[in-house]
Amino acid sequence: MIAQAADQPFVRWDWIVDHVDDIWAATWEHIVLTAIAVGVGFVISLALSMLALRHRRAYGPITWVTGILYTIPSLALFAFLVPITGLTTLTAEIGLVSYTLLILIRNIVAGIDGVPASVRESAVGMGYTRRRLFLEIELPLALPVIVAGIRIAAVTTIGLVTITALIGKGGLGFLILRGLNLFYSPVGTTQIVVGTVMSVILAVAVDLSLVGAERAMTPWSRRRSR
Amino acid sequence: MIDFVGDVVAWFLDPVNWVGSGGIVSRTWEHVQISAFSTVAAAAVALPPAIWMGHRRRGGIVAVAVVNIGRAVPSFAIIALALPISIRLGLGLGFWPTFLALFALALPPMFTNTYTGIAEVDPALVEAARGMGMTETQITTRVEIPVAAPVIVTAIRVSAVQVVATATLAALVAWGGLGRFIIDGFAIQDNVMVFAGGLLVAGLAIATELAFAAFERRFVPTTTGRSAGEELLVDVTVAPQHG
Amino acid sequence: MIELTEVTKRFGGTTAPAVDRLTLTVADGEVVVLVGPSGCGKTTTLKMINRLIEPTSGTISIDGVDVTGLEPHELRRGIGYVIQQIGLFPHRTVRENIATVPRLLGWDRARIERRVRELAETTDLGDDMLDRYPSELSGGQRQRVGVARALAADPPILLMDEPFGAVDPIVRAKLQDELLELQRRLRKTIVLVTHDIDEAIKLGDRVAILSVGGHLEQYAPPEELLRAPANDFVADFLGSDRGIKRLSLIRIADIDLEPGPVVPPGTDVDRARAVMAGYDTDWVAVVDGDRMLGWVTNDGLDGRSTIDGVDLEPFVTRLTPNNTLEEALDAAISSHTAIAAVFDGERFLGMITVERISREIVR
Ligand SMILES: Nc1ncnc2c1ncn2[C@@H]1O[C@H](COP(=O)(O)OP(=O)(O)OP(=O)(O)O)[C@@H](O)[C@H]1O
Ligand SMILES: [Mg+2]
Repeated sequence: MIAQAADQPFVRWDWIVDHVDDIWAATWEHIVLTAIAVGVGFVISLALSMLALRHRRAYGPITWVTGILYTIPSLALFAFLVPITGLTTLTAEIGLVSYTLLILIRNIVAGIDGVPASVRESAVGMGYTRRRLFLEIELPLALPVIVAGIRIAAVTTIGLVTITALIGKGGLGFLILRGLNLFYSPVGTTQIVVGTVMSVILAVAVDLSLVGAERAMTPWSRRRSR
Repeated sequence: MIDFVGDVVAWFLDPVNWVGSGGIVSRTWEHVQISAFSTVAAAAVALPPAIWMGHRRRGGIVAVAVVNIGRAVPSFAIIALALPISIRLGLGLGFWPTFLALFALALPPMFTNTYTGIAEVDPALVEAARGMGMTETQITTRVEIPVAAPVIVTAIRVSAVQVVATATLAALVAWGGLGRFIIDGFAIQDNVMVFAGGLLVAGLAIATELAFAAFERRFVPTTTGRSAGEELLVDVTVAPQHG
Repeated sequence: MIELTEVTKRFGGTTAPAVDRLTLTVADGEVVVLVGPSGCGKTTTLKMINRLIEPTSGTISIDGVDVTGLEPHELRRGIGYVIQQIGLFPHRTVRENIATVPRLLGWDRARIERRVRELAETTDLGDDMLDRYPSELSGGQRQRVGVARALAADPPILLMDEPFGAVDPIVRAKLQDELLELQRRLRKTIVLVTHDIDEAIKLGDRVAILSVGGHLEQYAPPEELLRAPANDFVADFLGSDRGIKRLSLIRIADIDLEPGPVVPPGTDVDRARAVMAGYDTDWVAVVDGDRMLGWVTNDGLDGRSTIDGVDLEPFVTRLTPNNTLEEALDAAISSHTAIAAVFDGERFLGMITVERISREIVR
C-alpha cells in the first residue's frame, strides 16, 4: 500500500469541494482558540508588564518564569496539564496562553522603555498623573513595538493551535492529524495540505490585519509628503 | 494528587523504564541524535548565504520574509507534510521525515538572525577595516563574524531549542525520541507515562537552552550592546513586512 | 516670587550633596539664569522647583506658599517647563502638543483653539504648521513649539533647562532674541539653566553662578558679575575675556562722550590742525551747534585759510545712545581712525574712542 503512494495524487480537489463545511468549521475553531489565547495572554502580559515597569526587580523573575514556559515544548506542557485539567479547551488555552507571555511582556516593556526620557519628563513636568502618562503617552508611543509582539504572538499561536489536535482540539490541526493517520492515501495528504495551507493563510491574514491596524492607529509614524 | 506524584516517582524509579530499546536512555539518545543532525545540517546550509548576504547588506526583505514564512507554517504541519513527502521520495518512515521536518524548521531563524547579526555590524567598523586594506573575505572572517558571533550563536541556539521541542512530534511519524512517552501515553490513556514524558522533554529542552547559555558565557565575548542570549524578538519583526 | 531657602539635595547612595544649602530668590517678572560647570546641580535645582525632584531638606516656596504642600501634578500645571530635548509628544500634532496643559486643566475646546492660535502667532509658528507632527518640523520650529506649549496655560512661572542647547548657534541667537522679545511683552518669572556663560549674560536679569555641589558662588546682574567677580572661581568661569563681554552690557548712553576732533564753522585751518593733533587723527569734523555738517581730511585743508567752503564727507556709521559699547568698539575699530560718532536722530551727541572704551574694559 505504501509503495503505491507515488502513483496517487497528493491533493484531491474533489475531497476539498466535498468538505468545505468541515474546513470552515475547523478554521473557525482555529480562529476562536487563537483569539482567546492572544487576548487572555495580552491582558495577563499587560498586568505583568505594568508590575515589571513599576518594580524593576520583578522583571528578572517574570521573564525567567515566562522564559521557561516558552522553552518547554508545547506537547510537554499539555502532558503536564492533561492529568490535571483533562482533554479540554482549558488545557489547550493554558498551554497557548503560556507561550504568548514572554513575547508580549518583552515587547510591552521594551516598547514602553523606548519612550524617550525627554517625552516622559516633559509630560510629568507639565502635570501628567502617572495613570494618564501611561494611557495617553507611553502606551500610544509603545504601540509599534507592542503590535510587533502581538504579531509574533498571534502567528506563533496559530501554529501551536494545530498541536492541540493531539489533545482533541486543534482547529485546522485536527485536519492535519486526521490526514497524518491516513498519510498513505490521497485523502490523508489532501487533509494535511488543506490544514497547512489554511493555517498559513490565517497567519498571513492576521499578520497583515495587525500591520494595517497599527498603521491606522499610529498616523504620526507615517511619512507624510509635504 | 499525592498518589499521582507518587506514581510518577515510581515510574522513574522503575529500572524497566530506563533500559531497552524503548527505555529512557535510548529514547533520549534518539532525541538528541536527530536534533543534532538536523541543527548541524541546517547551520551548514543556512549560515554561508546568510553571512554572504549580510556582508553585502542586501536582502533584508528576503531575511524578514523567510523568518515570517517560517513562523507562519506550523511545525506540526511540517512534520505531517514531511511524512508523505519522504515516502514519495522513497526515504520511508522514521528518521528521514523527522530529519527533513526539523531541518526545514531550523533554517529560517538561523538564516535571518545570522543575516541580521552580520548586517548590523557597525558600518564604521567595516569601513575602517576596508580602509586598513583588508580584503572583503578578511573583513568577513576577521571583523564581521567575530563581532556578530554572539548573535550567530544565539541564532543557532534559538533553532536548536526549537528543534529539540519539535522533535517531540517525531513519535507521530514513527521515529522514537522522548515524545514517544507522551504520544503513547495519550494512546493508552496512561497519565503517569504522559506526565513523565513531559518532564523528560521539558528537561531536555531546558538543558539545551542552559547548555547554550553556558557555552555563550564561556566562549562568546559580548561584542554588541545586545547581550548574548537576547533573542531578536523585537528587531526582526518591527521591520516593515512589505518592501 | 520663588524663594529657595537652605535647599539641600542628596541623591540616594551618594555622600556629597548635589545641591548644598542653596538660598536664592527670584523676583516676579525677572529672568534668572543658573549657570555653572557640568554636574554642578543646575538641573537638580530647577527640578526641585516643580518637584520633579524632592529636596532632602530646606524649603521652596512660590508666592509665600510652600510647594511641598501642593499636589505635585497640580503645581506643575501652573508652571511652564521647557527642556533641552524639548520632549514634544511625537504622536500628537503641534496643535495638540500646545494644547496639552489646557486640556489637562479641562478647558473647553473653543478656548483651547483660541489659545493655540494666539500662541502660534506669539511664537511665530505658521498656521499650516499646527497640523503637523513634531517629526515634520525643523529643530528651531520644534523649540518654538516647546516654548508655546510651556506658555499655553499662561503660567506666571517658566522653568527652562538648556532650552536652546540642541540647536545650531545661528538659530540659537535668533531664539534668544525671540525669548527676550517675548519676555518684554509677557513679563514671566523665568528660571533658565544653561552652561553657556554668554547666553546667561545675554538673557539674565540676574545670573547665579554655581560650582559643583550646588554652591552659589555669586548671584548678581551680569554687568556686576563681569565688573566685580566675587572670587577666582567666578572670574575663571567668566573667562579671561570678561572685560570684553561686559561691553555688550553697557550702552553708550551710560558713559560720558567726548567732543572729538570737531570745530565750529569759520574755524581757521591752523586751529583745526591743532585739534586734529590733539586727537592724533588726520581728519576733523565740522559741527554747527548740535548739527553735524561732515568731515574732511588734513589734505583737504591744504591751501585754505578757514574751514568754510571745503568739501565735507557725511558720516556713514552712526551710533546711537542705545548701542552697546561692543557695537561702538566694532564701529570705532572699523573706522580706521579709532573714533566713532554718536547721534540721537539728527542731533550730534559726541564721539566715542577706542581708548575711552578700553577704559571700561579694565575698570
Ligand atoms: N537621579 C540622580 N541620582 C543620583 N545622582 C544624580 C541624579 N541626578 C543628578 N545626580 C548627580 O547630581 C549632580 C548634579 O546633577 P545635575 O543634573 O543637577 O547637574 P547639571 O548642573 O544640570 O549638569 P549639566 O550641565 O551637565 O546638565 C551630578 O553630580 C549628578 O551626577
Ligand atoms: Mg543639566
